Amino acid sequence: MQIKPIIGLEIHVQLATRTKMFCACPLEFAAEPNSRTCPVCLGMPGTLPVMNRTALEYSIKAGIALGGRIARFSKWDRKSYYYPDMPKNYQISQYDLPICSEGSFEIPKPDGSTRPVGIIRAHLEEDAGKNLHEGLDHTRVDLNRAGTPLLEIVTKPDIQDADEAYSFCVELQRLVQWLGISEANMQKGQMRFEPNVNVAITDGGVEYRTPISEVKNLNSFRSVRLAIAYEINRQVEAWKADHDYTLAKKGKMNFGWNDAKEATEFQRGKEESHDYRYFPDPDLVPVTVDDATLARLGAEVGELPLARQRRFIDTYGMTAKDCEVILADRATSELYDDAIAQVADAKLLTKQFVGIWNHLASARQSTIAGLGVPQVSVVELAKIVADGTISASAAMQVAEKLCEKGGSALEIAQSAGLIQERDESAMQAWIDQAFTENPQAVADALSDNPKKSKAAPGFLRGQVMKISQGKADPKLTGELIEKKILSLKC
Amino acid sequence: MSAVDQVTAALDRIKRLDPQLKCILRTQDAAAPIKSGDGLLQGVPIAIKDNICTHDGITTCGSKMLANYRSPYDAHVVERLRAAGAVIVAKTNCDEFAMGSSTEHSAFFPTRNPWNPECVPGGTSGGSAAAVAARLVPYALGSDTGGSVRQPAALCGVCGLKPTYGRVSRYGLVAHASSLDQIGPIATDVRGIARMLQVIAGHDPRDSTSAHEPVPDYLAALDQSTGKLCIGVPREYFGDGLDPEIRRAVEAAIETYKSLGATIREVSLPHSKYTIACYYIISTAEASSNLARFDGVRYGHRTANPRDYIDVYSSSRAEGFGPEVKRRIMLGTYALSSGYYDAYYSKALKVRTLIKRDFNEAFSQCDILLSPTSPTPAFKIGEKSDDPLAMYLADIYTTSISLAGIPAISIPCGLTASRLPIGLQLMATHFGEVRLLQAAHQYQSATAFHTATPPVCAE
Repeated sequence: MQIKPIIGLEIHVQLATRTKMFCACPLEFAAEPNSRTCPVCLGMPGTLPVMNRTALEYSIKAGIALGGRIARFSKWDRKSYYYPDMPKNYQISQYDLPICSEGSFEIPKPDGSTRPVGIIRAHLEEDAGKNLHEGLDHTRVDLNRAGTPLLEIVTKPDIQDADEAYSFCVELQRLVQWLGISEANMQKGQMRFEPNVNVAITDGGVEYRTPISEVKNLNSFRSVRLAIAYEINRQVEAWKADHDYTLAKKGKMNFGWNDAKEATEFQRGKEESHDYRYFPDPDLVPVTVDDATLARLGAEVGELPLARQRRFIDTYGMTAKDCEVILADRATSELYDDAIAQVADAKLLTKQFVGIWNHLASARQSTIAGLGVPQVSVVELAKIVADGTISASAAMQVAEKLCEKGGSALEIAQSAGLIQERDESAMQAWIDQAFTENPQAVADALSDNPKKSKAAPGFLRGQVMKISQGKADPKLTGELIEKKILSLKC
Repeated sequence: MSAVDQVTAALDRIKRLDPQLKCILRTQDAAAPIKSGDGLLQGVPIAIKDNICTHDGITTCGSKMLANYRSPYDAHVVERLRAAGAVIVAKTNCDEFAMGSSTEHSAFFPTRNPWNPECVPGGTSGGSAAAVAARLVPYALGSDTGGSVRQPAALCGVCGLKPTYGRVSRYGLVAHASSLDQIGPIATDVRGIARMLQVIAGHDPRDSTSAHEPVPDYLAALDQSTGKLCIGVPREYFGDGLDPEIRRAVEAAIETYKSLGATIREVSLPHSKYTIACYYIISTAEASSNLARFDGVRYGHRTANPRDYIDVYSSSRAEGFGPEVKRRIMLGTYALSSGYYDAYYSKALKVRTLIKRDFNEAFSQCDILLSPTSPTPAFKIGEKSDDPLAMYLADIYTTSISLAGIPAISIPCGLTASRLPIGLQLMATHFGEVRLLQAAHQYQSATAFHTATPPVCAE
C-alpha cells in the first residue's frame, strides 16, 4: 500500500491598510467593540461601498510576488449567506475574475533548495465581524473587524506533506511582511489558514482517493502542521476500516480544529454545502489596472526575500544563520545591500550586522533598520574597523552611541578615546612596560619549551592592550612583541 | 410668500387634505428654525419618499420591517436639498421597499389618487406624486427603479423625472435594485423639475456608480432654443394593451410637436417584448440580495421569542415583510441559485445589453423618444391586488428605460373622459437631461395640461 497526501491551502491575509475595504473606518485591533464602525460597515439601509484603492494595490503587489497574472479587468461579486457577524448578509468578494491568477511561489526546502507551489488565484474581499459567545448565554457581535480588507490566496494541491505546508505558510508570512502589505500577526488573527487535505492510496494496483477535508480557520503554523498530519492519518485509517471512504462516495467535508485535543472535528458534509448565489455587485464599478500602475507596483515589489537570500549566500558568503538576521525584514536587507557597495569586506559587514547591530536591535525590540542608524554611519563603522582605526571590540561601543545619539562614528570613537595607537614609539613604551612587569612571561617566551614560548607572546600582547586601555593596534603590537623577543634572544 | 409662510401653508394643507388622500406618512412638525439664505430652494417645503434616509425622524420604506427605524444619517439628496435651503416637511407613502405600481403595497395604508380617491395614485412613489398633484407641496422626491417616479406622475397628472443612472447619488436611498434605482424629482411643471435636478445632480464620492459628468445649468437651458427637434416614436409602445384614450392623447401630443416644428420619425425597439421578463429577473435578483440585511439582528423588526438565531432571521423576516416583497425575494433568490443563474440572471444581463443597443440605434435617428408613460390611466384600488402579473404590466413602457439607464420624464398630456390624467413619456440619451427638459418645456409652453388641478384642490 502506497500513500500520497494531496494538500492545498487557502490562506486569508488581512491587509495593513489604514482604513477598511469599503469605508473610511480605521483598522484597529482590540478596540472597544463596535467602536470602529460606521453606517457603511454596519450595513445600514441606503449605504454604499467605495473601494479602497490601497487595498487593491496591496493585493496586486501580492499577486506579482506570487508570480501570478494580474487581471487588467476584474469586478466585485456578492457572496450570499446569513450569519450574525455579516452585516449585509452577503460578503463582497471576487468570484470569477480574481485580481490574480495562475501563480507560482518558491518555498525553501530543508536541504537549502527551493520548490515551487502553484497558486490558483488570489482575490480581495471584506472580512466579517466576530461573534462572541464565550461565557455568555447569548451571542454578542463585534463588527470592528467587519470590512477589513482580506486577501484570499488559494494554492494548487501541490503540497506534499505537513512540513511543506508549514514552510509555505512561514514563507508566505515573510513575503507579505516583506512587501509591507500585512502585519501577518497570528495572535491578531491577521493570517488564517484552511488546508484542504486528502490522500491517494494505491493498493493492489488500484488508486483510491479519500474524501477531501477542509480544515477551517487555523491560526498558527503549528496547528497547520498538526491538523494536516492528523487528517492524513485519520483518512488512511478511515479508509482501511471502510474502502468506501472515498471522495467519489463521500464528497468534500468541513472540519474544525480542536487545539486542546490536537484533533480535527467534523462540521458538515457536502449535503449541507451553501449555495452562495454569487452575482456581480451592482453597487461597485469594475476594476481596471493600467500599464503604469502595474509597472510602478512591480518596481515596488522588487527582489523577493528568497531570491535575495540566494544572492546574499552566493555573493557575500552568508550562512543560513546570517540570512536569518540580515533578511529578517526588507529594510534591514536593503540597508545591508546598500552598505556593502561601499564596504569591501563583506565578511566584516556581515559580522557587524549579526553581532553588533542585531544585538542592539534585540535589546531595543526593534529590527536592525528600525534602529534608525543611517546607512552612512553603518558604512563608516565598518570602514574604521576594517582599516584598523578602531578595534573590533571598540565597534560595539561606537555602535551603541550611534543608536543613542547618532553622529559620526569616527568622532564618537575619538571622543571616547577608542582610536588605536599605531605610533611605534608610544607603543614601544607600553611594550617595554609589559616586559618589565612580566618577567616570567618574558622568560617563557625565551625558553626552549615550545608550549611556553608559543603562549607567552599572546599573553604579553594582552598585557599591552590592558596597559594601553585597548588603544594599541593589536596587529602592530603583536609584530613589535615578536621583534623584541627576537632581539632579546640574540 | 416668506419661507416660514410657505412651510406653514404646506403643513396646513397637509393637515386639511391628507386625511382623505393619505400621501403622507409623517410630517416633520418640529422642523428646525427656517434659515434665511439665497439657496435655490430657500424655504421651499419638500416631501421625500420614505425610502430616502433622513437623520431626523423615521425612515420606513413603507415596511413594517422598518416601522421604527431611525437612520443615523441624511441621504446625499437630502443633504443637497437642505444645503439649498429646502425644508423637508414630510415623508411620503410608498409601496414597501419600492416594490409595486400602485402604493397599495405600503404596510401602512394605500394612498388615494387626488383626481379620484377610489383610484390608485400609481407607484411606487405614489405618496410623492399625489402630494404634488394635490398641491400639498410644490416639489417632492421619489425613486424610480422601473417606472416608480414616471408612472405615478402620469397617473396623478404631474411631472416626474427619472434622471440618467449615475446622475444623482443613490447614497441614502434604501436599495431596491441597485443597477436600476435612481432618485428623481416630482413637480407640477418642467421648470420645477429642472430646479430640483439642479440641486440634487452631481457626483458623490460615497456612490461609486455616481457619474463624474459635469452638471449643466438646467434652469437656464429651459429658456434656450432647442433647435429643430427630431422625435422618434417607437412603434412597439403603441401595441395591444394600450388604452385607446391614452393612445389618442399621445397622438395629439405628437401633433403638437409637429406644429412646433419637430420632425417625427417612427423607430423600432425590437427587444421591447423581453423588457418585463428581463426587468423582473434583474430587479428581483438584486432585491433579494439588497434586502438580506433586514434580518432583525442590528435594526428593524425582530421577532419576539426566537428559538435560535436562524429563527431570528426567518421569523423576523416572515413577520416584517409583506407578500409582494416576499414574492420578489423568492423570485430573485431562485434566479440567482446555482443551476439557474445562467438560464435566468446571466441571460437577462445579455438581454439588457440588447435593449441598450436598441436605444442606441433609435437615438442615432432622433434626439428624443416619445411614448405613453403607462398603458392605462389610474386603476381602482384593489383592482389588480390579486394579479401580480397584471400589476407588473403597468410598467411596460417604463422598465426598458431603466434597463438602458437613460433619462426619461413623464409630463401631463390630457385627461380621460372620466377625468383621469394621462402621461406622456419623453426619453433622451445618457446625460441628455438638458435636451429632455427643453423638449418637455417646449410642450408645456404650448399646452396647459400641466396646469389642470384635481378636484380635491377646489375644496
